[in-house]
Amino acid sequence: MAKPDANKKESEIAIEVLQMNKWYGEFHVLKNINLTVKRGERIVICGPSGSGKSTMIRCMNRLEEHQQGHIYVDGIELTNDLKNIDAIRREVGMVFQHFNLFPHLTVLENCTLAPIWVRKTPKREAEEIAMKYLERVKIPEQALKYPGQLSGGQQQRVAIARSLCMNPRIMLFDEPTSALDPEMISEVLDTMIDLASTGMTMLCVTHEMGFARKVADRVIFMDGGEIIEENKPEEFFTNPQSERTKLFLSQILGH
Amino acid sequence: MSDAKSYEPGHHPSLPPPKNLVGWQRWVWDNLFGTVTNTILTLLSIYLLYLILPGILDYFIFDAVVNASSRAECAELGSGACWAFIGDRFSVFIYGFYPDELRWRPNLTFILLILALIPVLYDNTPFRKYGLYFSLAFPIIAAILMVGGVFGLEQVDTRLFGGVLLTIVIGVTGITFSLPLGIILALGRYSNLPAIKVVCTVFIEFIRGVPLITLLFVASTMLSYFLPPGTNFDLLLRVLIMVTLFASAYMAEVIRGGLQSLPKGQFEAADAMGLKYWQTMRLIILPQALKISIPGIVNTFIGLYKDTTLVIVIGMLDVLGVAKSAVSDPVWNGLSVEIYVFVAAFFFVCCFGMSRYSMYLENKLHTGHKR
Ligand SMILES: Nc1ncnc2c1ncn2[C@@H]1O[C@H](COP(=O)(O)OP(=O)(O)OP(=O)(O)O)[C@@H](O)[C@H]1O
Ligand SMILES: [Mg+2]
Repeated sequence: MAKPDANKKESEIAIEVLQMNKWYGEFHVLKNINLTVKRGERIVICGPSGSGKSTMIRCMNRLEEHQQGHIYVDGIELTNDLKNIDAIRREVGMVFQHFNLFPHLTVLENCTLAPIWVRKTPKREAEEIAMKYLERVKIPEQALKYPGQLSGGQQQRVAIARSLCMNPRIMLFDEPTSALDPEMISEVLDTMIDLASTGMTMLCVTHEMGFARKVADRVIFMDGGEIIEENKPEEFFTNPQSERTKLFLSQILGH
Repeated sequence: MSDAKSYEPGHHPSLPPPKNLVGWQRWVWDNLFGTVTNTILTLLSIYLLYLILPGILDYFIFDAVVNASSRAECAELGSGACWAFIGDRFSVFIYGFYPDELRWRPNLTFILLILALIPVLYDNTPFRKYGLYFSLAFPIIAAILMVGGVFGLEQVDTRLFGGVLLTIVIGVTGITFSLPLGIILALGRYSNLPAIKVVCTVFIEFIRGVPLITLLFVASTMLSYFLPPGTNFDLLLRVLIMVTLFASAYMAEVIRGGLQSLPKGQFEAADAMGLKYWQTMRLIILPQALKISIPGIVNTFIGLYKDTTLVIVIGMLDVLGVAKSAVSDPVWNGLSVEIYVFVAAFFFVCCFGMSRYSMYLENKLHTGHKR
């Protein structure tokens, strides 16, 4: 386990995906994915609908299982070993397109649930931490409401706070703004930009190109289950290499 | 329109609604006289009530006889219902054949039952946590009190149980144990583990596919073939087990419906947070699934409660059984209306109570509007 070079590797590489393949039955969704994410790096993933973006980031906390290749998160390999999966899920937070808050719990309870039950944090302390993050996403006054009483943007910010309460080292975002009305998108993006400024490792599936330009260290373009192109945002937008990327960019930026 | 004030744009205050939009007048208007059809139906209903109600009231109340010692005497005293009959048979109705001098035991058990129910039903009960411990222990306490045979309590043969007492014993036991069993079966059928899934599915389908009467016959006759000779396994206990299993199969399907209606995202969010299977179920999935299933669960409870009357086919006398045997009593011969009205009223009160509680619970668990 404790090989010296492995330790060193862990310190600077957050996620490493090696020749990963995944099938849904006969359907080859992810084809030979190779990706290295350094600690503190912020990556935006984009691509047409059905290209496998969600599937790829969901593989990184084992919401989906891959069939070939290797995924290392925080130096731990994702296998069928439940202990590894639990260890990784404790370090990786995820924010979903449809928020997935627990409607029967208050905002505060949503935030303290995992720290109390997974990290065994005492309730009082968990509540303090939760309030800290709710303040950070600027909705401490909603703590005692139920998710159903909040607007979409507020719900998504609660979802971000809920993930942060577990004090993760890596955050995954799957189209966090695409279920929101336009006027709520920016409040969520602001929260994410703020989070990026703390040095959090972030993988974000989004079509918000402004956000990509502003915070991404790298933009990855996927199509047909493959990573077609990856580049610095400036390069990616001004000088796309492949035809498919050009087509995609012209479609989403064109109007 | 003349007295409507005008306000600067953006400065219009919230005003109370006009008088005719609230209050009972509004309700009467909306529900009874709002449209021509409504008005006609309302008048028609009032006329029908006028035709029927006096007769019903006369029969059940004004011309009814409360004190008499036989049917003949009843007939002399009044033309209405003969409630004296119920009064005469009251103790059999309630206790069945439970020995007279030991009736404090079912009485005490009933009081304890109410006490055990309070913390379960109302979450703002003071000292609820300790109350719930008592509720957990209650089935054992109740069994000891009712049957006896330990702690110096005289043993009472369960064949002496009858009437309301028997109905409540079977109904409450079935309800209490079918819910947890149903939850486990539902989770089992919903599980990803093939072995568990198959076992639960087969069990549910088998029990659901067989009429309760058949299971009761199995309990009363066939089970003794399967059990090793010499074991004497109380008939009431066998019936309780069968009724519980029967109800739990239905319960499982109702709850599975609730489980299936939850969005997949709830499971995913729980998984992504690192919660374990049982934590996810207990903290996130079941509270929501059970809430969604409340109408179905209560429906099953009510069905089960009324199905307890079927034990009559294996010779047990619950309320309905006692009623039937009372009808054939020569002294009171032929007073079936009174008896069945009484039995119907008993069941109605119990079932309506459950139904009202479920509505209260649904209201209480409602958290904000759905999106
Ligand atoms: N559970 C599943 N079973 C079978 N096929 C699936 C399943 N989930 C996704 N797919 C298929 O896999 C492909 C990739 O899906 P994925 O959700 O990863 O796409 P995406 O890039 O996130 O698209 P979008 O932008 O619409 O979210 C799609 O063609 C989809 O139909
Ligand atoms: Mg997607």
